[in-house]
Amino acid sequence: MPVLTVDDIEVGYANNTIIDGLSVTIPEKKITTILGPNGCGKSTLLKSVARVLKIERGAVLLDGQSMKKLPTKEIAKKMAILPQSAEAPSGLTIFDLVSYGRFPHQRGFGSLKKEDLQAIHWAIDVTGLSELKERPIEALSGGQRQRVWIAMALAQDTEILILDEPTTYLDMAHQLDILLLLKKLNEEEGKTIVMVLHDLNHASRFSHYMIAMKDGAIVTEGAPETVMTCGNLQQVFNIQATLAACPFSQNPICLSYQLTKETECLQQTAAHS
Amino acid sequence: MAVSVQQSKGSKKERSRPVAAVFIIIGGLISLVLLIGLSISYGAADIDLATVWTAVFQFNPDATAHQIIQELRLPRVLGAALVGICFAVSGALMQGMTRNPLADSGLLGLNAGAAFVLAICFAFFPGLPYMYQILYSFLGAALGAGLVYGVGAVAKGGLTPMRLILAGAAVSALLTALSEGIAIYYRIGQDLAFWYAGGLSGTKWEHLQIMTPWIAVALIGALLLSKSITMLSFGEEVAIGLGQRTGVTKFFGAIIILILAGAAVSVVGAVGFVGLIIPHVTRFLVGSDYRWIIPCSAILGALLVVVADFAARMVNPPYETPIGALIAFIGVPFFLYLARKGGREL
Repeated sequence: MPVLTVDDIEVGYANNTIIDGLSVTIPEKKITTILGPNGCGKSTLLKSVARVLKIERGAVLLDGQSMKKLPTKEIAKKMAILPQSAEAPSGLTIFDLVSYGRFPHQRGFGSLKKEDLQAIHWAIDVTGLSELKERPIEALSGGQRQRVWIAMALAQDTEILILDEPTTYLDMAHQLDILLLLKKLNEEEGKTIVMVLHDLNHASRFSHYMIAMKDGAIVTEGAPETVMTCGNLQQVFNIQATLAACPFSQNPICLSYQLTKETECLQQTAAHS
Repeated sequence: MAVSVQQSKGSKKERSRPVAAVFIIIGGLISLVLLIGLSISYGAADIDLATVWTAVFQFNPDATAHQIIQELRLPRVLGAALVGICFAVSGALMQGMTRNPLADSGLLGLNAGAAFVLAICFAFFPGLPYMYQILYSFLGAALGAGLVYGVGAVAKGGLTPMRLILAGAAVSALLTALSEGIAIYYRIGQDLAFWYAGGLSGTKWEHLQIMTPWIAVALIGALLLSKSITMLSFGEEVAIGLGQRTGVTKFFGAIIILILAGAAVSVVGAVGFVGLIIPHVTRFLVGSDYRWIIPCSAILGALLVVVADFAARMVNPPYETPIGALIAFIGVPFFLYLARKGGREL
């Protein structure tokens, strides 16, 4: 049974419908990336799955059950969400913030039990924050803060991890750092990861499954080789891309691109040949 | 969970400052009791602390000093403490729930709304028992808040902190003007005057008996919500992701805020800034966890208003300086400081 299925949903803000009749199945224990131009509805899709936005029609199914019918705390035990612009108030330590990830597993006023402490320390360790765990959040760099939020989501101990642009505003090294961490979590912990990324090459390199969106609908979906083609990129982003193979993953990457629409697609397979 | 746990080392250090919070709660309570004693003993007729003690614990109705204490000074100082608790905790809740560092029941129109509805009560239902007055005060606080959010939401670009403050100022000015109009037209200026200035001199046991249960329930509710409030202060999406029913939290949070602000205004009038200053000071001292911010704000708020009331009586005796003016004296510079910072740190 698929872990996460979006079934013919309609979502929008006020009177403005963004997504109408979208269905998609997220593969289990894989990394899935949603991409598309600004305003294509990818964040809207993620927010509907995260139950931040109300779905007008259709349903999001978690383990085959409509999320509308599940208690939100039960959902939070299976699915953790990292919003796009999470900002912690000052005066909290890393440990404090990460410990809130245990909320769905706690009852009442929430004293930390042994398994809570275990999950928190594991999350801090696996995100490489052990050295910093006594520091207040405001003393951390952007990349470290993003790790703290990921640690909080990990402390939630869920099968599914949803991240809205986890690498935005980070420099190149820190972007890679976060993606490698997610790859490790997928490989070693079997997490199902769904995220929105703007960097096509990162998406192709780290994803098993890609979903390309435009105007609130899915244009194409599948493995990076099938999604990252000149024709698809032309259709989704209106760009004329020159593709190559990633030396690390062998998946297609975009070497460079321009906006002209007429020129022939030049597919380079330099790394392969 | 493959990694073994090192629980022993530094598990205290890695959390934010509960030690400071416990110190504030214990030290604050001791200071509060001492200040209440002092406040009772000084006044138009100075009474020594020993007499204060016997008046409270071995009341003798024949002694004048005992009567002054029992009938005037004790309810007044207890009222001051309760009002401080109410304003401070409602401010803390508002700041946490809305992530708006400038939230305060005075700045967001709750106080003016409550005072307005109370003015209507004085004009049209003179002699309405306090038991009902306080209910109208809750209603008025809701009216003020509703108007401010309504005006703020109409503007394009959503409810930014600054826009809410502007809406709050406009709505407060309007409601205050209307209240004053009612006061003049119905010649109830005398009854209302002490309110705009803010004053605790009229506090009686009857008021305390009626407001205390409301406040107690609201405070227990605030403590039960405190963890959820901390999560909301991370942002609504984070709170939803963690499995919080944010609608429920906001609903009960709003009701608690209205009860606290309404109860305080019904006794002291539209005194602002306590709810702005105290939560910021508390956050500076104990960090961002509302499980500590709420109880510590309550105690520091009580201290501030008891001291302000004491000062109100001592600055220019035998006249009383309006307590609202005294608190604004420190509140306004503090507001300007926060507004200048843009309130980034929430």
